[in-house]
Amino acid sequence: MAHRDGIVKAKTRRSKRFLQSREPKLIEGQKSSMIIRGGNCSETVSQALKDVYALKKPNAVLYKRKNMVRPFDDSTALEFFSKKSDCSLFLFGSHNKKRPNNLIFGRMFDFHVLDMFELGIERFVSLRDVKMDTCPEGTKPMLVFSGELFETDREHQRLRNLLTDFFCGPRVSAVRLAGLEHVLHFTALEGRIYMRSYKVLLKKSGCRTPRIQLQDMGPSFDFIMRRSHMASDDLYRTAHKQPRGAKPKKKKNISHDAFGTRLGRLHMQKQDLDKLQTRKMKGLRKRRGEKTTTETPAAKAPRTDE
Amino acid sequence: MASCSVEDVLAKAERDEAEKLKGITVNKELDLEFDPGNLLAFDKNRIDTREFKDGKREDFLRSLARDNTQLLINEIWKLPTERVEEVIVAKLPEPTTLLPREKPAPKPKPPTKWEQFAKLKGIQKKKKTNLVWDEVHKEWKRRWGYKRAKDDTKEWLIEVPEKADPNEDQFAKKNKAKKERVARNEYNRLKNIARAQKIKVPGMGLAPTPKQSKAELAQAVNIAKISTASVGKFQDNLPKEKKPKNTGKRRKFQPLIGDFSSEKQKQLDLLKVMDSKKPRLDITKAVNKQMREEDMEARQKNKKDFGKKGQRGKMSGKGKGKAGGKGKGQGPKGKGRKPQMKQGKR
Repeated sequence: MAHRDGIVKAKTRRSKRFLQSREPKLIEGQKSSMIIRGGNCSETVSQALKDVYALKKPNAVLYKRKNMVRPFDDSTALEFFSKKSDCSLFLFGSHNKKRPNNLIFGRMFDFHVLDMFELGIERFVSLRDVKMDTCPEGTKPMLVFSGELFETDREHQRLRNLLTDFFCGPRVSAVRLAGLEHVLHFTALEGRIYMRSYKVLLKKSGCRTPRIQLQDMGPSFDFIMRRSHMASDDLYRTAHKQPRGAKPKKKKNISHDAFGTRLGRLHMQKQDLDKLQTRKMKGLRKRRGEKTTTETPAAKAPRTDE
Repeated sequence: MASCSVEDVLAKAERDEAEKLKGITVNKELDLEFDPGNLLAFDKNRIDTREFKDGKREDFLRSLARDNTQLLINEIWKLPTERVEEVIVAKLPEPTTLLPREKPAPKPKPPTKWEQFAKLKGIQKKKKTNLVWDEVHKEWKRRWGYKRAKDDTKEWLIEVPEKADPNEDQFAKKNKAKKERVARNEYNRLKNIARAQKIKVPGMGLAPTPKQSKAELAQAVNIAKISTASVGKFQDNLPKEKKPKNTGKRRKFQPLIGDFSSEKQKQLDLLKVMDSKKPRLDITKAVNKQMREEDMEARQKNKKDFGKKGQRGKMSGKGKGKAGGKGKGQGPKGKGRKPQMKQGKR
């Protein structure tokens, strides 16, 4: 790749394809996330990072070396990482005296930080500690939020949106019903956020819908909110802007009935029968200098007599 | 008798049904909000804190999660299903939760000079086949590239044209022409990029062209004129020759003798900068800080509009206010410092 004035030109087909894969797209795929270990990390935090990585796995990058970054003071390092690994979601973990066991959930827009929320871990149960069945890697989790704080408080609202973005996984058009086996439950209560992860067991209930039982799976966290950084309204709105071509245009006058048959409604104008093309004959041919209005056989008849 | 038994059976069936449903129904004061497209549910009911504090925290959370998940599953099971390869699959609707994009929407590529011209003239791209028939080798070969048909670079003999100089090397001439075409193409590519980004198109002296325009020739003359050891100082002008634009003095120097006090002041200022122990300003950092502050201020304002917050909000406000003061203090100092450095370099 040759760099010149910030313009990168691919030298090979392969690098061209690579660059194309990173260009902005009309319809975006799944956001990938980077999970970054801070400069100083406690056992709890590094295990927590590993566990979240395990939940996110096919679409995540784990930076497990020491990274002296302070996202709330200077986010340029994060922006660099984001550009490098093409990730727009990040989780940063650190530990110090002032803010012990610290996790920062955040997301980027156009390689700049959009939102970040700093959550302190008060209690943590690792995926490793729970000796139960787990679900396969890359399972799309069901997300449940509960607690009125998630609706009334602006910060919590935004956090709900961020966590949805972080954990929701790929956008799919259909889902295998038997494959719904993981649920992430977030409860906001008394200034704390309880994140629990359960494996779902589908039991027979006698009717079509199964009865549910939950089994602890881990990781589970008790979080406390610390600092937060929310995007300004302008930026947030820009980030939500959908391009014109993203939605398919609605086709008018087409409907489907119960059997899936396509029905169309046509709007016809009344046809002008005078201009109808009939069988071509020499006698009916238009002559030179003849007016189009008098082009009826009755008008022609006297002329042929003469 | 018969009618009575029928009623009994119906009642029994109803009871059975109710019992079955009992397992999967959950009663909530407020209905949950669902977004099946994201497999998402939101329960905004007030949580009973008394039950939570009883010590059975985990059990309480699990039962809450179970109820909510049951409701979400009920909602998902209502969706239309399909059988794909022996697996039952539920079709999910479009997600309703709005999530921000990762990158801004792609912009259409600005047209190149050729594309503009082609549009003006109505020239359309023609699709050509990749393989063409090579008469010499009697086989299908690529139209372009390695092992192409009618490859004129592989000729062992070139006929010397009638009017050409017989001593001229026709092979070298061909190579040179090719190199010039490649260079010109690259230059045009860069010009297209520059135009697309609205940067001033870089001047390249003179591009190889068979016929040069008046402007190009004038430019060539000007360049040639100043390409002497004395930068064109002793070159005579032709009669009626126009002076080229944008030439003249670029730098102004202070007079060698005259006002010494200002010179002295300058030197002193420079020394002051070099002597000061305050660290130099990191502009990117300062700008980041400034931006963050502005965001914070805007947020604070919004928060005030939205409603009061608890203690945490106050604390954070204090800390940030302090940091803001520092940033502002540094700002103007840095600005003042920079031009001085430039003067020093002279």
